Amino acid sequence: MLEAYVPILIFVFVATGFAIFTLIMSGLLHPERYNKVKLEPYECGIEPETDARDRYSIRYYLVAMLFVIFDVETVFMFPWAVIMDELALFGLIEMIVFLFILVVGYVYAWRKGALEWA
Amino acid sequence: MVDAIVIPLLKIVILLNAVLVAVSYLVLLERKVIAFVQSRLGPMRVGPHGILQPIADAVKLMTKEDITPARADRWVFTAAPIMVMVPALIVFAVIPFGPEVELFGRSVPLYITDINIGLLYIVSVASLGVYGIILGGWASNSKYPLLSSLRASAQLISYEVAVTMTLVSMILMAGTLSMVGIVESQRDASLWFIFAQPVAFAIFFIGGLAETNRAPFDMPEAEQELTGGFHTEYSGMRFALFFLAEYANMIVISSVATTLFLGGYLRPFPGVEGLAFLDLIPAWSWFVLKTFVFLYVFLWIRATLPRYRYDQLMRLGWKVLIPIAIGNVVVTGVAKVLL
Repeated sequence: MLEAYVPILIFVFVATGFAIFTLIMSGLLHPERYNKVKLEPYECGIEPETDARDRYSIRYYLVAMLFVIFDVETVFMFPWAVIMDELALFGLIEMIVFLFILVVGYVYAWRKGALEWA
Repeated sequence: MVDAIVIPLLKIVILLNAVLVAVSYLVLLERKVIAFVQSRLGPMRVGPHGILQPIADAVKLMTKEDITPARADRWVFTAAPIMVMVPALIVFAVIPFGPEVELFGRSVPLYITDINIGLLYIVSVASLGVYGIILGGWASNSKYPLLSSLRASAQLISYEVAVTMTLVSMILMAGTLSMVGIVESQRDASLWFIFAQPVAFAIFFIGGLAETNRAPFDMPEAEQELTGGFHTEYSGMRFALFFLAEYANMIVISSVATTLFLGGYLRPFPGVEGLAFLDLIPAWSWFVLKTFVFLYVFLWIRATLPRYRYDQLMRLGWKVLIPIAIGNVVVTGVAKVLL
């Protein structure tokens, strides 16, 4: 079974090689006439005074955490879905219980305002 | 040795070239379609009706000055485009373009490999691109790219949940994770799954638009707010890699949608005997045709719909699509037990 993954490994090498090759090729071809102004970060012509890596909204972390929870729960359902034919009614009830717990968490997050953006 | 290494390598090289040509012509197609929607002609100068435009673009991007901003994190700045490009390409490894064909006295399947967790592989590899986007924005050390990469990542992962949830109902239908198996199960059911799962299809398509940062969900690249998006600081070939990856991802989403919902390489109405003459057309051309239809709809939507606002986007993802997707899984499960 594992030999089915060999082509994927080859593909990873070929794709990475292609990306690096084009970068090296263009590195040989392109002109290099740099000056101080050209290397400034883009800010509509105004010189940036502070580091750009400032604090940003906590909501992005919240979204990331919710994503981890929900996506992992979804991946748990993949094997169940594959053998659903054998599990039949038992599997269905099991999964509805599982989904019910997931939905309770979802409703909690909604009520707490975790899904509000503004 | 020949079967294990040489043939896959040959197929990979051919596929890589096909994808790159498709991507560069998709860019031209987009410009042409949007031009015609707006009663313009689009690119006309390079070659007849501008068909050589992609070659001119490639030469231009190759020979452009490639700037690394003075404040940027040099190595991460270079690694980010590669980290976006590679996942966008290697997803194609499991997509079945056609069944096995006879070629030079050897039976060659028209896919790189058929692993038994194909769909899981697509989901996981496609999400790896987020790393490149967020690292690219971070390494630029500039305000607009950083904001834009945060937005892009939040958007991608939000819609990922709903899309993955619809895949669960598709696996319920097919009973397998193998991409070839999913196509063949549609042949067995003599039904394209779009007719059995229209709700899943709608969620998948909307999620697909959002995951490829396409209009009406192209906030990460909203020119009016964020200049150019997370690749504002990029130029030359490194910018080209981001650009290629974005269009390659469009082709990936269209191919996956074709495989899951439109029967992949199957002809229309796979169960109707009276239409058997359609089998004379090679199976892979059905696949290409269906994928092309999806790509055209992507462009059509971009030319037609205005952009969403960011809070509307997050509300649609978290409060509308996810509950519908969960409901769809339950309904599919119940229907599968009852029927």
